[in-house]
Amino acid sequence: MKIAVVVFPGSNCDIDLYEALATVCHADVEYVSHKRDNLDGFDAVMLPGGFSYGDYLRCGAIARFTNIMPAIVKMANEGKFVFGTCNGFQILTEAGLLPGALKQNDSLKFVCKTVELEVVNNKTPFTSQYGLHEHIKLPIAHADGSYYADEATLEQLEANNQVVFRYAKENPNGSLHDIAGICNERGNVLGMMPHPERAVEAILGNTDGLRLFKSLLENGIKTEVTK
Amino acid sequence: MAEMTPEEIKAQKPYLDWSLTEHEYDYICDHLLHRLPNYTETGLFSVMWSEHCSYKKSKPVLKLFPNKNDRVLQGPGEGAGIIDIGDGQAVVFKAESHNHPSAVEPYEGAATGVGGILRDIFSMGARPIASLDSLHFGEIDRPRTKYLINEVVAGIGGYGNCMGIPTIAGEMTFDNCYTGNCLVNAMSVGLMEQKDMQKGRASGVGNAVIYVGAKTGRDGIHGATFASADFADDKATQRSAVQVGNPFMEKLLMEACLELTHDHHDWLVGIQDMGAAGIVSSSCEMASKADSGMELNLDMVPQREPGMSAYEIMLSESQERMLLCVKKGHEDDVIKLFKEYELEAVVIGRVTAGHQYVLYHHGEKVTDIPVSSLTDDVLEEPSAEQMPARIKTAKDANVPEISDVNQALKQILAQPTIASKQMFTQTYDSQVRTSTVVGPGSDAGVLRVRGTKKGLAMTTDGNGRFVYLDPKIGGKRAVAEACANMISSGALPLGMTDCLNYGDPNDPEIYWELHQSVSGMAQACEIFDTPVISGNVSLYNENNGEAIYGTPMVGMVGLIKDLKHVIPSFVQKAGSLVYLVGLPTEDDYAGSEIQKMLTKTISGRLHDFDLVKTNQMMKTLLNAMEQGLVESSHDLSEGGLGVALAETCFNTNLGLKLDLDLTKAQLFSETPGRFVVTVPKNKQAQFEKMLAQDAVLIGEVTADGCLEADLTDGHLQVDVLEAQKIWEEAIPCLMKSKD
Repeated sequence: MKIAVVVFPGSNCDIDLYEALATVCHADVEYVSHKRDNLDGFDAVMLPGGFSYGDYLRCGAIARFTNIMPAIVKMANEGKFVFGTCNGFQILTEAGLLPGALKQNDSLKFVCKTVELEVVNNKTPFTSQYGLHEHIKLPIAHADGSYYADEATLEQLEANNQVVFRYAKENPNGSLHDIAGICNERGNVLGMMPHPERAVEAILGNTDGLRLFKSLLENGIKTEVTK
Repeated sequence: MAEMTPEEIKAQKPYLDWSLTEHEYDYICDHLLHRLPNYTETGLFSVMWSEHCSYKKSKPVLKLFPNKNDRVLQGPGEGAGIIDIGDGQAVVFKAESHNHPSAVEPYEGAATGVGGILRDIFSMGARPIASLDSLHFGEIDRPRTKYLINEVVAGIGGYGNCMGIPTIAGEMTFDNCYTGNCLVNAMSVGLMEQKDMQKGRASGVGNAVIYVGAKTGRDGIHGATFASADFADDKATQRSAVQVGNPFMEKLLMEACLELTHDHHDWLVGIQDMGAAGIVSSSCEMASKADSGMELNLDMVPQREPGMSAYEIMLSESQERMLLCVKKGHEDDVIKLFKEYELEAVVIGRVTAGHQYVLYHHGEKVTDIPVSSLTDDVLEEPSAEQMPARIKTAKDANVPEISDVNQALKQILAQPTIASKQMFTQTYDSQVRTSTVVGPGSDAGVLRVRGTKKGLAMTTDGNGRFVYLDPKIGGKRAVAEACANMISSGALPLGMTDCLNYGDPNDPEIYWELHQSVSGMAQACEIFDTPVISGNVSLYNENNGEAIYGTPMVGMVGLIKDLKHVIPSFVQKAGSLVYLVGLPTEDDYAGSEIQKMLTKTISGRLHDFDLVKTNQMMKTLLNAMEQGLVESSHDLSEGGLGVALAETCFNTNLGLKLDLDLTKAQLFSETPGRFVVTVPKNKQAQFEKMLAQDAVLIGEVTADGCLEADLTDGHLQVDVLEAQKIWEEAIPCLMKSKD
């Protein structure tokens, strides 16, 4: 399985995603510039955290118009894996690949800390190695992570089992329904505010994020085998 | 408006408002130019001869610092200093103050402080890997102070978070002397391959001078001279001297510059940040270091607004700009590289034969002066010195009277200087780039060096109170404290940077403080083998004639040989043995937190301490750590042993049961050079043999979450959870209160 990590101007967690995949998971991964117009040959694409275009206008609002976006939409439509964390999640909502929007945190402040999450859906290709309702800990680091969608959308998300991660114990940003991560109906596009790539090595004090990447790699390989 | 003629300048002396003295002006006319300078030239002199650019006041004192050893690859004089860390790698670091801008426009002042120091790091060819800060504010008792704190913290986070550089350590203290003039010192640490080392020089006749980054606007004009004069309420217009930052632009600039310095050595001659005094300082310093001449055409400088004068273009401190010297023939390669990052790069001049600094604007020659007249010929200003009376007559501080030791400990944990700063530090991204092994809230921040077993520890320390009571001993203590932070994390101190924050140096007492504290620091640096590889001086920190406590900030970096031996600052498991390591605890209450808490002021004579002994003890302790004998270590600082004991238990569910040969008051004494260390029982014999009389067994880690100690005149018993709650809630509570 070949994975692309997209680099937008202002991305800054690109190296973190890359290293988690390459060094820790020994996956086949490559940086891809936002200027490129295709993702031919890739089986998965990851949108990193950071401040694409300086968060100007609205987080993710300018990145969504870059050259690479049609290729990402195409991959999503083809059922290939699309993953966005933090700013990557914001970009996916701006691009309409995931419903809803990320608003400024309730506190009006940037917050960087480790939070407890509940895995609410372990049927996605990203979460198959977690237990259903398992509690894990992942770092968050954002100023605009308060998930918002209208009532109807929220109902639909819940009914379709599209909420993948929920904040447990403490909601750090005011997200509706304590939503920390959601997927599309088909389950091949996942966006989340927490940073699993920051929790893959014991030396950094937390490995709860590792199984997300391992799930993806395992399911990617499975798909390849069944192809 | 027409600019003044040279004759009008001589007669009307506008330069006095730009902080150039009449004596200096006359010297420039009579000895350097042998003519009268025009308006633009007078502006260049006033800014380049400011303390901020020339260090004319502090230079004689700065010479006291040792700045070399086997590991130092680059000492002071470049963007930042560089130290060898083995394997062909090097660590690069520097600190800088942004006190004056932050006091006027706190968000942008702090943000551009971070931005400026980051440019210093990547101008050396290094990728910034961490930011630190040292912040000193007034007591949290008035709306203005709360506003300053909130905005400064937001500015630091806003810039650093967007750049994607983790802010992993720092310090924050509160004292009335900083109410009108807060201190905002930022430090940046970078990592590089030694082969990529760059210098800020412009050599080779015909080589191009290229301007890259943001356009030049009217912001920050005279920022450097502004930082070299004191504040007064009647100067309400100083807001215009503060620059505005754009971290997104800087992120692009950093990536482009790193690509250039790493992949295109053959194109580049030199690179320098446009910091204080903008184009003029960067260009003339690059020419001066290479003993070259330089010619610039200001019409080529990208400008944000029309109608800027030569004076304004040269003195602007617009952010996110760099100056390059590029080999003739590679101009287009460099321009193309920057274009890939959507950045502007423009040839604005050439290196010339001879030593003249020549500027053209609208086809006219507006400046033609020797390069050295702006850099090397600055008159050093001798300063009078005088020991303040308070120090001459100081007596031993009274022993604090403590009736209820439990209450005293709880109360001291709620003092803002000691209480948890998490409310602020959690607004900084401390983990981005996934290398943070130890983040904010510990003795030092620790980063791993990817692809190696090594780690880098880093800290900032400043204690104005001790320097106020005795600058020489205070200076020694600042360096010793930073070294203790390194050792406590399991790191060997490698070297340091500093920000020297003082009042008006024309006051003989303040100059004496500066001189004495630097000599104390220098002495400690010699003994600890921590050369000063970079630094910054910030004088005139006064508000309406009231000076701050002289506050030298020490920024230190240490090397952890093997991350297997990185030492946490909190206790690990019940049953382990607790030792008090280091210098014997004395009655050291002058300038202590307990003194301030109980008497609302600081006073008394500071006791000197043995640096050689402290150094030997610390190296032995490090040795024990590297042999795996130590489970946790926390160095004792503000609040003494009592506070350190509580802090080592926070977030662990563990407690301590101790038997101390100390009084209640001594529990809060601030004798330097001490650590509280835990050792697993099976290492007891080995540890005690190594540390010998430097370590005293004081008790055991317990499982009951209770901090308990027998004292010679009482008994301490505090529930750790309760203590932690007090420590955590103190600052949020003060920040929320309506006062």
